[in-house]
Amino acid sequence: MDNRKADKKLKIVEEWCKGCNICVAFCPTNVLELRNNKVAIADIDKCTKCGLCELRCPDYAIYLEGSEDEK
Amino acid sequence: MSSQLIKNNFRMDRLPHIWCPGCGHGIIMRSMAQAIQNLGLDKQKVCIVSGIGCSSRAPGYMDFNTLHTTHGRALAFATGVKLANPELKVIVVTGDGDCSAIGGNHLIHTARRNIDITTIVFNNNIYGMTGGQYSPTTPTNDFGTTAPFGNIDKAFDICKLVDGAGATYVARGTAYHVNQLTKIIEKAISNIGFSLVDAISICPTYYGRKNKKGTAVQMMNYLKDSAVDTKVAEKLPPEKLENKFFIGEFKNTTEPEYTEEYMKIIKKYQKER
Ligand SMILES: Cc1ncc(C[n+]2csc(CCOP(=O)(O)OP(=O)(O)O)c2C)c(N)n1
Ligand code: SF4
Ligand code: SF4
Ligand code: SF4
Repeated sequence: MDNRKADKKLKIVEEWCKGCNICVAFCPTNVLELRNNKVAIADIDKCTKCGLCELRCPDYAIYLEGSEDEK
Repeated sequence: MSSQLIKNNFRMDRLPHIWCPGCGHGIIMRSMAQAIQNLGLDKQKVCIVSGIGCSSRAPGYMDFNTLHTTHGRALAFATGVKLANPELKVIVVTGDGDCSAIGGNHLIHTARRNIDITTIVFNNNIYGMTGGQYSPTTPTNDFGTTAPFGNIDKAFDICKLVDGAGATYVARGTAYHVNQLTKIIEKAISNIGFSLVDAISICPTYYGRKNKKGTAVQMMNYLKDSAVDTKVAEKLPPEKLENKFFIGEFKNTTEPEYTEEYMKIIKKYQKER
């Protein structure tokens, strides 16, 4: 897997999201929001790929993945 | 679809887990998986054991050798596993109720023996699974279904308890300070002897509701604002430490380990015969 931040993609597993709002509240750059009680990307351009959302999501519903895992 | 860490360490057909929205247990379980992966342990040589409780459901989701036992008895089963196969890295997942109420006796004696078992307490200050009864870590004056007028008991500090009982690695982390928690769990697993990590979790459904602690986010903010690293705490005046709790490493020592001592006895008497 490529570890360069720029190559990472922010991914969401909507079925697993329970809408707890933790990732939204602790994202340092306000990338995320809740829509109908599910996480959604409000502004991907602000994402620094810091990975804090992934670290604190209790349901593994948001994560950064290397680009080759896209397929 | 899921992250590589989740795919590599979890039983994907069992996910999503049944914990409530915002339950801190999921964060701690992921941190455990990250720690095991960082250490590069052979999965076949890891055995995760639990008792009963919301927390104790964790091994059901984790793709290792796993054992889901009876309430309070995880450490007794874990001791059996470790003595039968000392090659295994034995990790116990337990709740504050499971380990310090019904399992309190097992806890102190497992610590006293300094057997090579790592215990991760998913400490949410309440009995989550059975509906919010107060536990030995519920703070004085807090509420639970069994303390409708406030809890008059004093809470256990599980770290101090096992330190006194003989554990050789003792530390505390939180579901908010995840990277630090992962590092602590790595060190706990690496210690040859009894290790305990008091992983402070959040239970928005019962502890949170009973005590008007607000949303999962507000409870995470409480962990963020109230946890003080022990190293920092030493330099702070007492007034800055009011209503705070300490995180970080409290003890890291080396003492004779139980299974090794046991094997020595066996070898000695086998030679003499
Ligand atoms: C012998 C026995 N007594 C009582 C119970 C009921 N019981 C199930 S879980 C639990 C407490 C769980 O609390 P804790 O260990 O703190 O874990 P949590 O659910 O908060 O993660 C109790 C009392 C039981 N299953 N078995
Ligand atoms: S990776 Fe960091 S910046 Fe991007 S959404 Fe997650 S928390 Fe926000
Ligand atoms: S932290 Fe996870 S479960 Fe909670 S809202 Fe974000 S993606 Fe959903
Ligand atoms: S009752 Fe509490 S500990 Fe149990 S799953 Fe719900 S939030 Fe988590």
